[in-house]
Amino acid sequence: MKNLTKWLSKNLIRIYAFFAFTYLFIPVLYTFVFSFNDSRKTNLIWKGFTLDKWKNPCGAPDICSALGNSFIIGFTATAISTVLGTLIAFALGRYRFKGRSATNLLIFLPMATPEIVLGASLLTMFVNLGINTSILTAIIAHVMFCISFVVVTVKARVASLDPRLEQAAMDLYANEWQTFRRVTLPLVAPGIAAAALLAFSLSFDDFIITNFTAGTVNTFPRFVYVSAGRGIPAQANVIGSAMFFLALFIVVAAQIVSSRRKAKI
Amino acid sequence: MAVDASTSARGDLILKNLTKSYGDFSAVDDLSLVVPKGSFFALLGPSGCGKTTTLRMVAGLEEPTSGSIFVGETDITDMKPYRRPVNTVFQNYALFPHLTIFENIAFGLRRRGITEAEVKTAVDKVLNLIELPQLATRKPNQLSGGQQQRIAVARAIVNRPALLLLDEPLGALDLKLRRQMQIELKWIQTEIGITFVHVTHDQEEAMTMADTIAVMNKGKIEQMGTPEELYDSPKTAFVANFLGQSNLIPGEVSGSDGDNLIVDLFGTKVAVPKARSSARGNSALVGVRPEKFRIAAEGKSTHGNVLTGGVVSDVSYIGVSTQYQVEMPWGKEVMVFEQNDDEEEMLRKGAKVVLSWEPIFTFALDGSENVSAGSH
Amino acid sequence: MAAFKGASAKVFGLKDNKSALPYLLLIPGLLWLAIFFIVPIFSLGQMSTKVPGADIGEFVQEYRFSNYIDAFNSSKEQFLRSFLYGLLATIIALAIAYPLAYAIAFKSGKWKNILLVLVVAPFFVSFLLRTIAWKQILGEEGPVVSVLRTLNIISVNTSITSSAFAVVTGLAYNFLPFMTLPLYASLERIDPRTLEAAGDLYANGFTTFRKVTLPLSMPGVVAGTLLTFIPAAGDYINATILGSPSNKMLGNVIEARFFKIVDYPAAAALSFTLMAAILILITIYTKRTGTEELV
Repeated sequence: MKNLTKWLSKNLIRIYAFFAFTYLFIPVLYTFVFSFNDSRKTNLIWKGFTLDKWKNPCGAPDICSALGNSFIIGFTATAISTVLGTLIAFALGRYRFKGRSATNLLIFLPMATPEIVLGASLLTMFVNLGINTSILTAIIAHVMFCISFVVVTVKARVASLDPRLEQAAMDLYANEWQTFRRVTLPLVAPGIAAAALLAFSLSFDDFIITNFTAGTVNTFPRFVYVSAGRGIPAQANVIGSAMFFLALFIVVAAQIVSSRRKAKI
Repeated sequence: MAVDASTSARGDLILKNLTKSYGDFSAVDDLSLVVPKGSFFALLGPSGCGKTTTLRMVAGLEEPTSGSIFVGETDITDMKPYRRPVNTVFQNYALFPHLTIFENIAFGLRRRGITEAEVKTAVDKVLNLIELPQLATRKPNQLSGGQQQRIAVARAIVNRPALLLLDEPLGALDLKLRRQMQIELKWIQTEIGITFVHVTHDQEEAMTMADTIAVMNKGKIEQMGTPEELYDSPKTAFVANFLGQSNLIPGEVSGSDGDNLIVDLFGTKVAVPKARSSARGNSALVGVRPEKFRIAAEGKSTHGNVLTGGVVSDVSYIGVSTQYQVEMPWGKEVMVFEQNDDEEEMLRKGAKVVLSWEPIFTFALDGSENVSAGSH
Repeated sequence: MAAFKGASAKVFGLKDNKSALPYLLLIPGLLWLAIFFIVPIFSLGQMSTKVPGADIGEFVQEYRFSNYIDAFNSSKEQFLRSFLYGLLATIIALAIAYPLAYAIAFKSGKWKNILLVLVVAPFFVSFLLRTIAWKQILGEEGPVVSVLRTLNIISVNTSITSSAFAVVTGLAYNFLPFMTLPLYASLERIDPRTLEAAGDLYANGFTTFRKVTLPLSMPGVVAGTLLTFIPAAGDYINATILGSPSNKMLGNVIEARFFKIVDYPAAAALSFTLMAAILILITIYTKRTGTEELV
């Protein structure tokens, strides 16, 4: 009995963690399972197992055009915000300059503002200027809210870069540009990659801001929201599950690659 | 919270058949020893010998696989660390970063239900003992390494434990500070009379501070004794090589002469005091420490044990002394430390020399010992 | 945010600036933020004092500050509800996430990285899909309700969805990684030897947690609670999908005013108030908990 209580007190928290993870994955599992549902109009009740939806994920009307828009916005916004954010991160992570705290504040504020305020304010500005909302305004909005997250992610990586590595490069006849290209950038690259992945996930998954700034352009989250009333088609589950596995694959692959690299050193 | 009765247990520290195994590998292998109350005890050994594991088992931070730990009459083997009359000074001090120095030191006292007034008196007293009363309101990250180290000690001793465990506490300090702290710790121990168990890989440190040293190797105790005993009469090659340096020369026991054993070293007979010999059979390793040798040019007069035919192969002048490597007729080299305290000229490389030393400074190990064990 | 930095991140000193380089690096990004974040906030403020004009979608500037009072009066209930739900969701998220973060930081050994991925992984599925999944799992046709009704824990008339309970737990669920990761980051930085030292100094498990672990994890708690409360208070998706009209939050009102009623000034006033309230809360909160470095 004493051994049991001892084992429990050591492992109670591990048991809890197991249940917590289960809780986290319940809706994921549900979404995945129901992507195989042989449903007609609504995907609410289990009717039978089928691979049809997986074979034809674009079967539901408008779903793939919405998905395509999400990708367009996502990739464009990721590219722009990663570049802009990385530049800021280098400035903040390396140099002491006047206006540091003001910059920090400006980066922090969008993260502290509720999405609805971000969306509403952008819409108001566009309306004032007579600009129609479109895929372009959506991209602009997405870049805006992604920059801060990119900055935070890359800055941590930049700040932990040992300056002596760059000094060693210059000692070995590399000029500033070569040093940056051959030493700094490769070392910061994992941070930039992580930031890009984060930016893309935030953009792809965004609903509120997109709702305010994309006008009539449909994105995947919008498609899901709108069809929630009458029941989302199983194809949405298929796409959601596919994105999940893709993202999981990328992250796990990145981990394996980086730990292999560490093992080599 | 009331003072736990177990935290006021007193007495000698007794380890009985203490073992810690991980699968096939035993970090600590059937260790038994007694540390007398009030002494300064050192556990000395290279990294991986099990000394830190032993310490952590006494502290309650590791569970022994088998064996028992007693403080006096009290069996503390299964007790949680917070029930034991034992406090630890950790290698990297482990000071609480979010608390002031005063609060760090008061931490243990406050857990034991001591009144705030008594806490203040005790903390002030110990801060004065280590001569850092002005740091009471600072935070650990504002202190230097040496100061942090002393606070870590203060935090432990303020609780007046039966036993203070020190896990290589001086490792992070520079040489000069380390020497200073060695003296200070020894002084504190004699002042307050608590049993100190000090774990270190630095044999000079152990010899300076400890009353008794236990030399550990691969989970077992090689030899235990006073610094003098271990240095003058090592019983294994490991101890001979780990403490200071030794020249170990293989030979045959050819007889005895009164209190001495006569050993034949490649044709030359030398005398070894029987009291310093742990040779069991016919073969022995004769040990002479480098500083015991007298080195002189061939032909000069000598007394005591004598070895001829050596040729100087290397000379290093170190200010206080000169180090000679001498190639002996049997092909191996012998190390000699000669103090530069006379007008004798330094011998040069290639010089033919004769070595001599007083027989009383010889020790002998059993011939089966590994000559290079413990050397570093 | 400082709470995100891992234990292994050693920060080196900053170079003193001798050139215009840092400014050149900053300008593109900061310009974007200035134009598309700062200016819109001003637009929002400006809109909030306008009055609807002759045509729909037309607004006239009259500096009518009473818009704020009118808007607040009509949406008092939703306002308070948003903060209440946000607070409850944050507390629940903290309660769920803290032991989880603790387990990953101290009790996971070589599985640490995998577990961290697993914390974030569910969020690779669109949050709308996940929220709808919850709606169906907890809904009338779902398994949970039928089991609970069979066991007579709830009556045939009560449903779990369309309730405050569903909305709040939905909010807590959606923001769990925002709570877990900062908690994990600050717990991971704690030197385990300090916890051993506490035990060595007579503190039992619970006291060690209370006096050493918890205070040292506060930066993570502050970051996590902020990152959860802010989006939770402004959310309206969970309320729409998992709640009934009696659970509507401020976000629902704002959305309705923008898109259904086209009353931009009122909507702007509400948005502005929400933002101001949150900023005030953040300032008070961080001043009290003493976390200065936020980015």
